[in-house]
Amino acid sequence: MTILKQVAASMALASVLLPAISQADDDVAALRAELDALKTDYAARLGALEARIAELDSAVSTSGAALTDAGQPSPAASSAQAASAFNPAISLILAGNYTNLSQDPESWRIAGFMPSGGEVGPGERSFNLAESELVLTANVDPYFSATLIAAITPEDEIGVEEAFFRTLSLPAGLTAKGGRFFSGVGYLNEVHAHAWDFIDQPLVYQTMLGNQMGQDGVQVKWLAPTDLFVELGAEFGNGEAFPGTRRNRNSLNGTTLFAHVGGDLGASTSWRVGASWMDLRAEDRSYEDVDDLDQAVVNAFTGDSRTWVADAVLKWAPYGSVTRQQLKLQGEYFHRKESGQLAFDVAGAGLSDTFSSEQSGWYLQSIYQFRQRWRAGLRYDSLDSGSPSIGLVDSNVLPPESFPALLAASPDRISLMLDWSPTEFSRLRAQYSWDDARDEGQRDRQFRLQYIYGIGAHSAHKY
Amino acid sequence: MKQLICGVITLLILGVAAPAHAVIKVLATTADWGALATELGGDRVNVYTATGALQDVHRVDAKPSLVARARTADLLISNGGDLEIGWLPVLVRESGNYRIQPGGPGYFEATAQVGLLEKPSQLDRSMGDIHPQGNPHVQLDPRNIAIIAKALTARLAAIDAANAAYYQQRGADFNARWAQALARWDSMAAPLKGLPVVVMHRDQVYLCHWLRLREIASIEPKPGVPPSAGYLSQLVTKLSESRARMILRNAYNDPKAANWLSERVAAPVVLLPFSVGGTPEAKDLFGLFDDTLNRLLAAIQ
Repeated sequence: MTILKQVAASMALASVLLPAISQADDDVAALRAELDALKTDYAARLGALEARIAELDSAVSTSGAALTDAGQPSPAASSAQAASAFNPAISLILAGNYTNLSQDPESWRIAGFMPSGGEVGPGERSFNLAESELVLTANVDPYFSATLIAAITPEDEIGVEEAFFRTLSLPAGLTAKGGRFFSGVGYLNEVHAHAWDFIDQPLVYQTMLGNQMGQDGVQVKWLAPTDLFVELGAEFGNGEAFPGTRRNRNSLNGTTLFAHVGGDLGASTSWRVGASWMDLRAEDRSYEDVDDLDQAVVNAFTGDSRTWVADAVLKWAPYGSVTRQQLKLQGEYFHRKESGQLAFDVAGAGLSDTFSSEQSGWYLQSIYQFRQRWRAGLRYDSLDSGSPSIGLVDSNVLPPESFPALLAASPDRISLMLDWSPTEFSRLRAQYSWDDARDEGQRDRQFRLQYIYGIGAHSAHKY
Repeated sequence: MKQLICGVITLLILGVAAPAHAVIKVLATTADWGALATELGGDRVNVYTATGALQDVHRVDAKPSLVARARTADLLISNGGDLEIGWLPVLVRESGNYRIQPGGPGYFEATAQVGLLEKPSQLDRSMGDIHPQGNPHVQLDPRNIAIIAKALTARLAAIDAANAAYYQQRGADFNARWAQALARWDSMAAPLKGLPVVVMHRDQVYLCHWLRLREIASIEPKPGVPPSAGYLSQLVTKLSESRARMILRNAYNDPKAANWLSERVAAPVVLLPFSVGGTPEAKDLFGLFDDTLNRLLAAIQ
C-alpha cells in the first residue's frame, strides 16, 4: 500500500510542478529522465506486487478448499510411514470353487493329443480351493520396475508364476522384460486366472500350451508411433514350458514372435487382432499312455514344435462406458506342427522312430454384460487332432492301438457362464459345460460355482 | 523382407524425429483436461482426449487406440487421485513411452495441484470405492481450474521451451477471462446458496462446495455401490422429512434411480454436464459452468 501511495503522491506532485518548470528546458529534460526512471522503477515494483497478490490468491483458494476438510481431519504423516513408504504395491487374490462332474475327473483327457502336463482339466469334485495369487510390484529406480506374481497352491506349495523386471526408459517405443513371464503370444496367454471370463481356459490353450505358456527369458516389444495400434514383440528363453522342454544346452530354445494391431470403430467399438509364432524344442517330452496289451507305458517325443496363432477381440460398449452394458467377442485359432522322434515305452521296449503331426484348434466366445454387475457368456471349443505319422506304426513295428492317446479325434465343448460382480474386487460365477474332450460317447456334464476376491492394491487389467 | 526392414527403420526414424518439429502431442484422460490443454496450448498443441463425458472414467478399457496415443504423447494430463487407476497404469506401462512415466516432465496430474476434499481418515473397501488421496472430481470447482491452469501453463512452457512465451501469454489471457467468468458465475449463483440437494455419486462434491449447495443425501449408498430397493425406500422416507430442492444427475449416470426418486419426493432431476461435452451447451470449460449454472437456476424458478 505504501508503495502505491508513494506512486500516487509522486504523480500528484509531478502534475503540480510540471507547469512551473515548463520554462526551464534543462530542468524539464532532467525531470523527465527522473520521472521515467521512477516510472520504470514503480512499474517493476507494481509487477512484483501483482505477482505476489496472485500468489497469495491462489494460496487462499487452495486453503479455502482444504479448509472445508475440517470436519474430517487428515492424519499427520508419521515417521513410521516414511520407512514403509517405498513398500511395493501388494495385492492378493483368493479363489475357490464347487465342482460337480458327471464323469470321473481321473479319466479326463483330450483325445488325440499328447497330454500337455499342465494343470488342465475340470479339476476335482466338490469344494476346492484354487490358487491364491500374490502380486508384488514397484518401480526399482527410474529405469526399471519389478513384479512378482506367486501362486500358493491348494497343495501347500508356492509357485512363481511370473517374476520379471521391465524397462521404463528405453527410447523409440521399446520395452524390454526379463525373468519369468507369461508369453505375449495369442490373446489369453498373458491373462491371469482371476481375470478369465470362464472358470477354465479354452481346450486349445489346455492342450497346446498346457494352460499358459511361460518361460524364463527376455522379451522385447516395440510399439509403432502411429495412431493405429501396432505392436511387435519377440521373446527368447529357455523354452522349458510345454510344448518345449528344458534342454541341457547353452543355446536359445524357446523363440516366439508376435504382432498385434488394434484400433477403434467409432466411440463404442474397439478391436485388436494378432498373429503369433512359437518355435520350441522338446527333448524326451514324456507322457503316459496304455498300449494295445493294456500295459501302462511312458512314451517320449523329441523334436521341433512350431505353433502359429491368430487371435481377434472386439468390444462394444455404448460410448465406451462399460459400467452398464458391454459385449465382448473373442476367438483364437492355433495350428501346430511337430516333427522328430517318438520313443515307445522308454522304460521297457525303448523303440524309437520318426514322428510328425499337424494339429489345430480354436474357440469362439462372447461375453455380454446385460446390466450393471451381471454378465453372461457362451464359449465353443473345437480341436482337430489330425492323424499323426508314427514311424513305428507306418513300418508295422507296432499297431496303431499301441498309441491310443494319438488316435485321431475331434474333441469339442460348449460352456455357458453367468457371473455377478458386486464391485471390481469381487466376483461370483456359475458355469455349465458339455465337455466332449474324451473319446466319443463320454460326455462330461460339468457344473461349477466359483468365487474370486481381490484385496490390496487396485489392479489394472490389459485390454 | 528388405522392404519390411526399410519400413520398420523409416518408422523408427520418424518416431524419434517427429517430436522435434511437430506440435506438442497431449493425451488428456478426461474431456475437461483436454479442453484446458486446448485453451492454454492453442495451435501449438495437438490434444487427444481418452474419454468422453458419457463415460464413467473409473471404468474404462485400456484399449489399443489409447495405448497408441500414449506411445506418441509428449504430455499426459491425467486427473489423478486414483480416478483412472483401473486403466491408466496399463496405458503408461504398455506405451513404451519414457516421457510420460509418472514423475517425469511429460506426466501432469491435475489433482496434485489442488487441495482435495473428503480425504478419508480410514481406508477400508467396505466403505465403497473410496480414494486414499481424497475425492478426485476436482474439475467442478472453477477455482480449481484456475490453479490447475497456472500449473499446466508452467508445464507446457517447460516441455516446449521454444514456445514458452506463447504459453505464458495464453495462460495470462485464459486467467483473465476465467477471473471475469468466475465473478459472473459467483453473482449468478447467489440464489443457489444453501439449497438442499440430492447427488448421485460423490462426484458433485466440488460443485456443491463451490456453490454452497447443501448435500442432504446421495443416491449411491457408498461410492461405486448402486442403490438397493431398500436403500431407496429409506431415502424416500428421509426426504419426506427434509425436502430436497433438486436431484443432481450427471450426463454419464444411469437416469433410472434419479427419476424413480424424483417421482416420489417431488424434487426435479437436474441433468448436469459434469464434463465438457456432457451436454450440447457444454462445448468448452466456460460452457461447462455456464450450462451447469443455467440448468441449476432453471430448476429453482
